[in-house]
Amino acid sequence: ELRPLYMDFQATTPMDPRVLDAMLPFQVNYYGNPHSRTHAYGWESETAMETARKQVADLIGADPREIIFTSGATESNNMAIKGVARFYQAKKRHVITTQTEHKCVLDSCRILEAEGFEVTYLPVQNNGLLDLQLLEASIRPETSLVSVMTVNNEIGVKQPIKEIGQICRSKGVFLHTDAAQAVGKIPISVSDWKVDLMSISGHKIYGPKGVGALYVQRRPRVRLEPLQNGGGQERGLRSGTVPTPLAVGLGAACSISQKEMEYDHQRVSMLANRLVQKIMSEIPDVVMNGDPEQRYPGCINLSFAYVEGESLLMALKDVALSSGSACTSASLEPSYVLRAIGADEDLAHSSIRFGIGRFTTEQEVDYTAEKCIQHVRRLREMSPLWEMVQEGIDLKSIKWTQH
Amino acid sequence: MAASTRSQVISLYKMMLKESSRFPSYNYRTYALRRVRDAFRANREVEDPKAVERLMEEGEQMLALIQRQVAHFVPITTAASRPIPEENGDSSPSRVYEMFGFMKVFLGL
Repeated sequence: ELRPLYMDFQATTPMDPRVLDAMLPFQVNYYGNPHSRTHAYGWESETAMETARKQVADLIGADPREIIFTSGATESNNMAIKGVARFYQAKKRHVITTQTEHKCVLDSCRILEAEGFEVTYLPVQNNGLLDLQLLEASIRPETSLVSVMTVNNEIGVKQPIKEIGQICRSKGVFLHTDAAQAVGKIPISVSDWKVDLMSISGHKIYGPKGVGALYVQRRPRVRLEPLQNGGGQERGLRSGTVPTPLAVGLGAACSISQKEMEYDHQRVSMLANRLVQKIMSEIPDVVMNGDPEQRYPGCINLSFAYVEGESLLMALKDVALSSGSACTSASLEPSYVLRAIGADEDLAHSSIRFGIGRFTTEQEVDYTAEKCIQHVRRLREMSPLWEMVQEGIDLKSIKWTQH
Repeated sequence: MAASTRSQVISLYKMMLKESSRFPSYNYRTYALRRVRDAFRANREVEDPKAVERLMEEGEQMLALIQRQVAHFVPITTAASRPIPEENGDSSPSRVYEMFGFMKVFLGL
């Protein structure tokens, strides 16, 4: 039974065997509710949960009391944006975010707009980075929150969160960052960066699916209105039994990532260079979307001119890839992130995202590159647009007739 | 307790490689083999006996972990898989992907 090569590490990641090993006892034997105060089942479960909390905190340079377990980065983003905005709504009714954020951030902002808040969606430059002067100019006295993701899941661009944090702290505005794609992959220090809220996702860092965390700063304190009410677990900010096996898995994933960060980063950079060099040296008219320097190397978004992205994906059936993020792949519209960085409509349709991770091998990268080159050539041979370009016709000058 | 001799270190290394090669999953197997090799290589020059002892202990724990993990999966490995056939028949290395069913693991436990 054959299965495709997995090159979609931004969509999700396989669990590290060490994470599974840490979780299994809690799935089978140590099944107590960590909030049960009266017996050993509860105590051992609680100890495991608190150990995990410390592991998550250590990875981002936070205090364990500042980590809240959630069901994932989507819930963390919802909590942060809606929670903070609603708590401070008496005096502050303005929120700032960017056009390249994850759908859950944009959707939460849309809901806030329906509640009467004003939201500014900042544009990004052609390289995907935020213009810091524009951000500074957009902050008003009634702004309560700025939300900018650390590493973009579609184009891999890394925002200057440290500088953004500086600006926000000086203006007295909270900074939230969706760090789902960054945690465990690049060094993060929430105190250094002056970040007030950070979303973490388990299944992006070789941990289990269904768990994440939200970092909520205690000094200076960030208040937020809880989304989920109940027994007051997790400092009252997120009621509900903390799923011990999942929390343990997240903690283990964070602790492993901290140890392996340098090794993984070197290896992923090497493999990413290998892939891009191979492809770009063999076929012309390939564009890498997003800043070439300010990026996480493991997320490569390439646009192949004169080739339709979906047909290339179908052709590369032996490799699991995606064009655009998993949440938007059901629709046929080109990704809004590519549109935000000013990619031409036709290039936006031709983009493929290659994800490289801890378990990727040189063989997989070479195979992917070869197949990509082969199929791009084949599809271009079939393309009348390519023919016209070869003859020297400028496609932009053509007036297409309507039928 | 006697300090770890060179032969003990080599023996641990060989055992770890042997166990790592038992992962049915291509990605886990290649990662484990590579990581073990790179870790031993990186620590080749360590002289301080306490540090060596500590590293050996970590290695033993990791060996036990690998043994636990492969013990789940080896018995339920599906029939041997064919490499992805090359259309032009060139000699690219085979990539073997086997399925391992998590549900079978928990039912078998």
